[in-house]
Amino acid sequence: MGEVKVIGASLSSFCCRIEWALKLKGVEYEYIKEDLRNKSPILLQYNPVHKKIPVLVHNGKPVAESLVILEYIDETWQENPLLPKDPLEKSTARFWARFVDEKCIVSAWDACRAEEHEKERAVESAQESLGMIDKLIEGKKFFGGETIGFLDLVVGSLPNWLKFLEELGGIKLVDAEKFPSFHEWSKKFVEIPIIKEKIPMPDDLINYFTTSGLAKTIRGSALANNK
Amino acid sequence: MAKEVVLLDFWPSMFGMRVRIALAEKGIKYEYKEEDLKNKSPLLLEMNPINKQIPVLIHNGKPVCESLIIVQYIDEVWNDKSPLLPSDPYQRAQARFWADFVDKKVYGASRKVGSTTGEEQEAGKKEFFEILKTLEVELGDKPYFGGETFGYVDLSFITFYSWFHAYEVLGNINIGAECPKIIAWAKRCLQKESVAKSLPDQKKVYEFAAQMRKRFVSE
Repeated sequence: MGEVKVIGASLSSFCCRIEWALKLKGVEYEYIKEDLRNKSPILLQYNPVHKKIPVLVHNGKPVAESLVILEYIDETWQENPLLPKDPLEKSTARFWARFVDEKCIVSAWDACRAEEHEKERAVESAQESLGMIDKLIEGKKFFGGETIGFLDLVVGSLPNWLKFLEELGGIKLVDAEKFPSFHEWSKKFVEIPIIKEKIPMPDDLINYFTTSGLAKTIRGSALANNK
Repeated sequence: MAKEVVLLDFWPSMFGMRVRIALAEKGIKYEYKEEDLKNKSPLLLEMNPINKQIPVLIHNGKPVCESLIIVQYIDEVWNDKSPLLPSDPYQRAQARFWADFVDKKVYGASRKVGSTTGEEQEAGKKEFFEILKTLEVELGDKPYFGGETFGYVDLSFITFYSWFHAYEVLGNINIGAECPKIIAWAKRCLQKESVAKSLPDQKKVYEFAAQMRKRFVSE
């Protein structure tokens, strides 16, 4: 059904969502690796507004923003539907996807970057958001039900990113006791072959941030302070 | 029956206005409930316990939250008339992208224009105009962002127009001079009944905004 390209970066939690979705639907694509410190003309051409990855290019036409791309993929390739058909269930999935992006990820970064005197409150705030995700997955195999769906892909690499942010910021965000359902889900999710093939690993993230010097730019970074 | 559809809202909210327009476009009868955000009702806290924010659409007792999610829900459930999103997946993706752009960019910048002073406000004004100019380029020569007809992106952005007078006075800016195409587009949208009846009076919004500004800024 046409030529598909993904412009992405291997450690991006937003990009892997797209690759997982395409693999789940059996869609062949060309992966174009982007160096975010030196953005290519092709990225700037296909996403002039935000200049960010991921970008999906289908028959030469670009789609940007991971949640928008996921819905486009779901509507274009019908195999293994990601979103529920029922409008109310779909709205709920969309709500939680926004929550993950706007609350969980942001608050985890804030906790990582917080100055000493703000750290405790920032960690509490991040854990409050994670607690809601834990509650959401309680009693379920996957967010999508028996098989993975839209929300599983969105939450996706969060556990690995959290491990990385914990080390970067010298904080504790998750543990199996506090968030048992989230912990169980993440163990199952990461074992799925197409997920395992392409998921940012905490060690790779730490490596990237320390070798690129980015760790030093993170205020309150335990890693930066130890260098 | 109006009781089947309830909207928890706050009159100056540009997010609530989006839902009002969508409901009007589809000709849906509903019960409007005004929330006092300083004293949130038990119903709001029950229906949106996560964010505790308006708008919330309650359909047959079940809540839908987040304005753009609500608008898409309305479009999908009442799909027999006045489609808000395009039917083509690629056009739909573009519409979602631009509505997301409005969400991510316009509100933040406009807050800085209306609620800050000094350097922060100047930076906010610059950002605000950059964003509006990006939207002007996207609009191009089309009558609406949706093309020939009013659609999802128009709906997501037109609600900010009710705040333009407030931004102009509080920010000492002239939006019409900088972005005439946006003003022309807004006036075109306001000719639609669904939009005109869903947006509050600009002077009322200014009075509200001026009061809000006093809380954030001590001058």
